[in-house]
Amino acid sequence: MATQASASAKETDWTKPAAMAIPKEGYFKLQNGRYGPLYPKSPACYGFTIIAKIKPGREEVIRGYGKTIEETIAGLPEALEVLKLHYLRWVLFDIGNDTYFMYQGIFDTDFDKYTEDAVSLFSKYGLNTVFENLEGFPEDWKTNAPAFVQFVREHQRPSFLEYGEYPYVSADEIKKALKLKAAFSNMLDLMQ
Amino acid sequence: MLELEDIQHFLISRPAALAARYEFLAFRRKGAGREWLKGILDKVGTAKALAAGNTGKRWVTVGFTWNGLRALGVNHDSLATFPQEFRQGMAARAEILGTTGANHPENWAGGLASDELHAIVILFARDVEERERCRQEHREYLLQQCDGVKVLSSLDLEATPPFTYAHEHFGYRDRLSQPVIEGMGEEPTPGSGPAIKAGEFFLGYPDEDGPPTRLPQPEVLARNGSYVAYLRIEEHVGAFRDFLRQQGDTPEQQEWVAAKLMGRWRSGAPLVLSPDQDDPGLGGDMQRTNDFNYGKMDPYGYGCPLGAHIRRMNPRDTAANMQRRKMIRRGGTYGPPLPEDKPDDGIERGIAAFVGCASLVRQFEFAMNVWANDPNFHELGNERDPFVGTQDGSFDLTIPKRPIRKKIKGLPAFTTIRGGAYFFLPGIKALRYLTSLS
Repeated sequence: MATQASASAKETDWTKPAAMAIPKEGYFKLQNGRYGPLYPKSPACYGFTIIAKIKPGREEVIRGYGKTIEETIAGLPEALEVLKLHYLRWVLFDIGNDTYFMYQGIFDTDFDKYTEDAVSLFSKYGLNTVFENLEGFPEDWKTNAPAFVQFVREHQRPSFLEYGEYPYVSADEIKKALKLKAAFSNMLDLMQ
Repeated sequence: MLELEDIQHFLISRPAALAARYEFLAFRRKGAGREWLKGILDKVGTAKALAAGNTGKRWVTVGFTWNGLRALGVNHDSLATFPQEFRQGMAARAEILGTTGANHPENWAGGLASDELHAIVILFARDVEERERCRQEHREYLLQQCDGVKVLSSLDLEATPPFTYAHEHFGYRDRLSQPVIEGMGEEPTPGSGPAIKAGEFFLGYPDEDGPPTRLPQPEVLARNGSYVAYLRIEEHVGAFRDFLRQQGDTPEQQEWVAAKLMGRWRSGAPLVLSPDQDDPGLGGDMQRTNDFNYGKMDPYGYGCPLGAHIRRMNPRDTAANMQRRKMIRRGGTYGPPLPEDKPDDGIERGIAAFVGCASLVRQFEFAMNVWANDPNFHELGNERDPFVGTQDGSFDLTIPKRPIRKKIKGLPAFTTIRGGAYFFLPGIKALRYLTSLS
């Protein structure tokens, strides 16, 4: 597959920051995954931006999840390992009289691939219930991964520009590099 | 408790069969499929009958594509309740599965990619003689009583020597890692993980997530049924042997490469337990041959490379949600064996296999899309499964090795997918329901 080979060559050039403009649909060429169109990897790896109106009066409940998740991760740092995340940002903002929730994530695996694992994970660590405060979220999401995925896809808005300081590099690679750096540093100490 | 008298035997038991035949059928006249099914229904084997004693000589299974269910007369509303991937059929999902290039459905034979593929009848027979007897019997039945039913194509299968253990044409021992269904009274072999809830394979039972949900309607049609993904995989034995000879001067070096591609030596001994040399006694010892993991025992792949076939098809403790990713495999070899000293003779040989599960998209398609064909699996970058992935000469295989890893670039295609389809295997009551439609 020619596109795959050229993507590999591109991906190894982490030395130069890069930006990528992305078409309105979110992809250059329509490629279907198991649950819908695939969005390409960019210099900012993979990600999504989900924007959904919250159910009236639920703002404080949703804000409360900030603390919940902080504590979950403090107690279990690898809780979200499956999602291969770099960063997450959760935001609440108003448009007129309505409040919206934005969930932005940057991660290393195309969302389509590990969808069922993500749903299973949310349920396992109780992260699920924050979504139940969003309008239109399927009530039977726990046993209906396709419905959960459909909600996400309907509320996802693709970026039209992404930038990466160290393009395409995965979180695992970064951690490996940092570990190596620490190991070298120790080694130099031992050779004094 | 599983309703064994209502579940077809196919995914539950293995009859003592050395031969098989698959016939792919089209129902060309309204009602033709129902008439055919009515006459063959009492021959369909149940799990209960097979458990009662493996003394029969032949075992019959029937399955239908979504188009086949429609041809049988299942109504529009009911058809719409079947999962999307099953409705579309395997050929339409080629891009998702990664069956592109030489594996693309446009190259498939036997009418498998056609909308007219309605049904499969799978015959397992004690031996070739019985298979031939049954073939003749079915042929006469079709000729005399089933106008409107056409055999689009068929495939004959036989076990090849040695007959003491299951293996395929490349010489690898097979069937060493199989899920065990909870409630069947069978203990998983060490290392195989816990028994899996019945609902992961049979509709209508609790699965690993909880009570059954979103069953196709009506319930009588769905209950005790399963989906199977069929794949006819040609094995290019000559090319495989040539490749091994290029990779090493001695038989030991060649066996080592063969093992690294698979994750097990051809004897079946797993590399994680026996990384440097083969251990044939280990291969066939069911108490030991599956008793290993990757995350703790071989995290970097010095034993079993990260991209080796068995590590991809079952990542064990290095993947999440594994109890939702199990599948039951059935099938066998077709085509004559190629003697070791002979060059490839151009005769098609390979394996024709079924992968059984309760959700094609979650179980089978995940395995193909993510484990077999994603070049980024385990962040390898430019690799696909050496046997089941779509290889086109541009993908690699990294073999971790001290001090320097070995990287084989441009792995040739050892296999070609010649056909495939999604079938629904209804329960016995469901089959009777289908014959009663109008």
